Amino acid sequence: MVNLLWAGMILIAIFVAGINGRIDIVTHSIFSSAEQAVGIALSLISIMAFWLGIMKVIEKSGFIHIVIFFLKPLARWLFPGVPHNHKAMNAMLMNMSANLLGMGNAATPFGIKAMEELQKMNRRPDTATDDMCTFLAINTAGLTLIPTTVIALRAATGAQNPTDIIGTTLVASLCSTVAAILLDRVFRFYSRYKNNGRNK
Amino acid sequence: MNPFDLISDISAWVVPCLIFSAVFYAHFCGTKVFETFVEGAKEGFEMSVRLIPYLVGMMIAIGLFRESGAMELLESMLAPLLKLVGIPVEILPLAIMRPVSGSSALAIATEIMKVNGPDSLLGRMAATMQGSTDTTLFVLAVYFGAVGIKKTRYALTVGLLADAAGILAAVFICRLVFL
Repeated sequence: MVNLLWAGMILIAIFVAGINGRIDIVTHSIFSSAEQAVGIALSLISIMAFWLGIMKVIEKSGFIHIVIFFLKPLARWLFPGVPHNHKAMNAMLMNMSANLLGMGNAATPFGIKAMEELQKMNRRPDTATDDMCTFLAINTAGLTLIPTTVIALRAATGAQNPTDIIGTTLVASLCSTVAAILLDRVFRFYSRYKNNGRNK
Repeated sequence: MNPFDLISDISAWVVPCLIFSAVFYAHFCGTKVFETFVEGAKEGFEMSVRLIPYLVGMMIAIGLFRESGAMELLESMLAPLLKLVGIPVEILPLAIMRPVSGSSALAIATEIMKVNGPDSLLGRMAATMQGSTDTTLFVLAVYFGAVGIKKTRYALTVGLLADAAGILAAVFICRLVFL
């Protein structure tokens, strides 16, 4: 998909440039884009260094457990098939809290751990369980309090106030998360209904 | 109070509050805050450098696509459809790429911010879109792949539909707050 889109854009662009009589802009455009890209990446270093520094402090200090405390009731409702103090529940809570705080790198290992624990409860090891689907629905929706990388990029491209998109990001993110949870519930009950029909 | 002012207020307060509480909590729980910070900051450096190839590749492709006139062509072809859902054509490549590849989408968002200005409506829309969702295909591949699940049932459908909801929400809320 990435390859298709990239090749498509390059090929169509050069083709259209040729037709429009703007073939001379091709090389010019490539050089200036490439230079800009490296410039942005370099100015990104400053803020990314700061963010990942703070994230490490949050990770090491156990601050994440405060977030987990608030997420627990929600998680119990979301994953009715997982016992409350099961390892899977703990790993999923760690994963969701880390994602919420914008620590994508720290969240992935917990997510994989959670999947392994869920897999142990799975009666058909090649098929996803309901709880796995719910867990991944929430993960792909990606609710984040602070979109650190985007803020850093806004600063690197010279925004007046790099953090002013946090509010809108939160709203958009909540929309996709609510949509993910609702859709997941609909599919969950639909597939159960279908299976019941088949068993009779 | 206007609810959209509240959204801006949240934006202004959330980062200082998080930094304050994180450092406060960490320090009084006996974490060596500065040493830990530096350890993490090193990763920030590496991450920025790792992003360079993605940025170069994607910014060249999008830059070419726009400057050759192909973007205008696409816009005139899709104008009725885009008007219907309210997505500006410049955002379209980002909306397509967002669920597929995180780094590539990030590079596209950067290009949009660089060209239109990070404080323009388009720039803020791109930022909101990029920040508000995770890379669905990547997440599914990593997590299902890790435990060898082959039948993923409805997970992909739910993920992509939720992405669509998030993308439309991003466009809509940015128009309301920043216009």
